[in-house]
Amino acid sequence: MYIARSSAIASRNLGGETIVMSAVDSTLFTLNPVATAIWESADGTTPLRDIVERRVCRDFEVDADAAYQDASSFVQELAQHGILLVSPDPIGESAKLPQQEPR
Amino acid sequence: MSLMADVNARALALGIPISAQLDITYRCNERCEHCYLDHDDKGELSIAEIKALLNQLAEAGVLFLTISGGEPLLRQDFFDIVAHARSLLFNVKIKSNAVMIRQKEAQRLKNLGVEQVQISIYSDRPEVHDGITKLPGSLKRSIAAIRFLKSQGLKVTMANVLMRQNMDHHLGVRELARELGANYTLDPTITPMMDGNPSTLRMRAPTRVLQETFRDPAVVGNVEEFCAPPLAADDDVMDGLPCSAGHTACYVSPYGDVYPCVQFPLPCGNVRRQRFIDIWKDSPQLKEVRAIRARDLPTCSSCTHVASCTRCPGLAYMEGDMHGPSTADCEKAFVRTGIPTANMLARGINAAAALAGLVQIRLL
Repeated sequence: MYIARSSAIASRNLGGETIVMSAVDSTLFTLNPVATAIWESADGTTPLRDIVERRVCRDFEVDADAAYQDASSFVQELAQHGILLVSPDPIGESAKLPQQEPR
Repeated sequence: MSLMADVNARALALGIPISAQLDITYRCNERCEHCYLDHDDKGELSIAEIKALLNQLAEAGVLFLTISGGEPLLRQDFFDIVAHARSLLFNVKIKSNAVMIRQKEAQRLKNLGVEQVQISIYSDRPEVHDGITKLPGSLKRSIAAIRFLKSQGLKVTMANVLMRQNMDHHLGVRELARELGANYTLDPTITPMMDGNPSTLRMRAPTRVLQETFRDPAVVGNVEEFCAPPLAADDDVMDGLPCSAGHTACYVSPYGDVYPCVQFPLPCGNVRRQRFIDIWKDSPQLKEVRAIRARDLPTCSSCTHVASCTRCPGLAYMEGDMHGPSTADCEKAFVRTGIPTANMLARGINAAAALAGLVQIRLL
């Protein structure tokens, strides 16, 4: 499973937590440090399992399988709100970034 | 506490400017009668300076960014500015008269991930709206723009400033907003011009119109609650902050001047000479604004309305003293409740005279 941040979001780190706002429906989310680690690694090319092992298990000392299950639920929830893209295949740049069109 | 209130509370605790308004030009293609701006270009920030400023604002923690003017679309690099802001993951709101927004521009705003566009509409009747903007055809073009924006799925807010010229038209504007699927806000605030010239204040809606408006559930929601007698002030009120200006919000002019708020023209520094974060953290003016507490206000601390007043320190500053009363807010408090404010009583204005329209509740 691959994950990428949607282009239709606004985001900022606020005291170690990440504030994410959907530009589609103005829904606001706050991500705790574990969720923030996953969010920051959501580049569309790194498998979720690798993100969990490298960022979550290493930094927060949790069991890999349990962490992966929790991470899967988390990314599905964010995907339902359209702020995270989830795909079985790597996700290209054009799907992630705000589009800058020629004049 | 709502999530938004929680975010604001955390930003306040961390000293982070979570919201900022950046006016990228004071030039405008309309000449609204009540406008507080000087539309001549006095040396706007270049695109490079704006991009550098946006980088600094993002680094400082700004999340909610309003891009406004003047008319922001008059800048040929407007979309470059918005694109840069979005690449920095700001939540972007555009304030515009929208007369330059057509299908192509609406689509670009949507593709860039702009969260909403706020458009000033003064009346549903072209002769009244265009009479205020001094731009023939402006209502027709603004409405067309709203349709383009809505067709892209963008959130649109129609901002209706209430004044003498359009005081009988807000119901029509509200109905128009409903038809177009836009949000609607009504604001009776008319400010002096940024140079202190009070000539715009003669356009403020008269007291009787405010009375009617403040008793319209469609405008204020629960009338009984909105017009309730003032609550007693406790220590939380007396030690509380008046508003977000200078605490979690700020304003940057097209010339790089930093102010606590767009409605608070107290110069605090310029981003051409200092980094934004240094102004935000070290400006003596911002520190003075942040020190304001209700209990320290000479007149307002003893006012019966102190717990529920919407006193604006910026409007008070424009009246001569940021620690003094904001007369426009005194008027609102009086109109809501029928109870004179300490400022009114100190100036010899009683309720009967004010309600009869014998006295203008104006300082300037």
